[in-house]
Amino acid sequence: MRLMALFTLFLSSLVVASTEVVEFSDESLRPRFQQLVEELRCPKCQNQNLADSNSPISQDLRREIQRMLEQQMTDQQIKDYLKSRYSEFILYRPEVNKSTWLLWGSPAVILLLGLLIAMRHNRQKPLATASSSASAADQQRLAALLDDEVNQQ
Amino acid sequence: MNRLALFVPLALFIGLSLVLLLGLDKDPTELPSALVGEPFPAFNLPSLEDEQSTFTEQDLKGDVLLVNVWATWCFACRIEHPMLNELSQQGVKIVGLNYKDQRAGAKAWLVERGNPYQFNIFDAQGSLGIDLGVYGAPETYLVDAEGIIRHRRVGVVDERVWNAEFRALYEQLTGAEQ
Repeated sequence: MRLMALFTLFLSSLVVASTEVVEFSDESLRPRFQQLVEELRCPKCQNQNLADSNSPISQDLRREIQRMLEQQMTDQQIKDYLKSRYSEFILYRPEVNKSTWLLWGSPAVILLLGLLIAMRHNRQKPLATASSSASAADQQRLAALLDDEVNQQ
Repeated sequence: MNRLALFVPLALFIGLSLVLLLGLDKDPTELPSALVGEPFPAFNLPSLEDEQSTFTEQDLKGDVLLVNVWATWCFACRIEHPMLNELSQQGVKIVGLNYKDQRAGAKAWLVERGNPYQFNIFDAQGSLGIDLGVYGAPETYLVDAEGIIRHRRVGVVDERVWNAEFRALYEQLTGAEQ
């Protein structure tokens, strides 16, 4: 039991050690910091943002962001600063430019395409029912064939 | 129904397969470099060998050289080191950027493994590393005589990488200089 308690104590100290405390001179900076570290990508790890990553480079960049916030830099300035060093890779929300317009535009294009297909489909429907009712002769033939089949069995 | 329309799904499938096939050859861990064609970032940092003296970006100008980011904690740097020694023997000028390291350990490393560097910049905090966009050691930059970064390699420079990525550009830059 004592061992168990010791173990729990050890675990809890680990948890404390891995969370770093970020101090701001002005508390209003904290939500902006949170937003930025969630929107910026860790350059070393493929699928983690700066908030989630524990890699040394992410720790450094979190410190840099904190420093820049304290220097009254705007969010855009901070993003530009990091982009000029780590390229656009670091932005989880890429900017609209000539290499990303397809990415940004495709949802709208696909939606439009879907609407067009749906509209065409709806317009063809009444035609389809009209053609099936028009071929009454065909239906008679079909009924006759089916009857044959039944009779043969 | 138009018979050709039946082939649309097949064509889409083949198109998508080709796109994905091209993607297979790409290394997702390689970031596009933001600094190629840009001047080497300004810095003012101490020397690894001599605490009293400092270096700035001006010290990189005048010669075509490689700037190699290394550290004793970086395992791949061990693998890369013999290649740097060899390049240095061939007359390639290499400047070391000792990145987030301990001074004593780094000096011992150079005694033990040989010193291919003209001089070493000691970046204990990683501040120049951030300005360069370093995200993992080793990294190697080819800097021309005007101090413009001409190529960047993230990862080990070995014989194959040197021949494929650096040699032609290096020879062109040094040839133009003479």
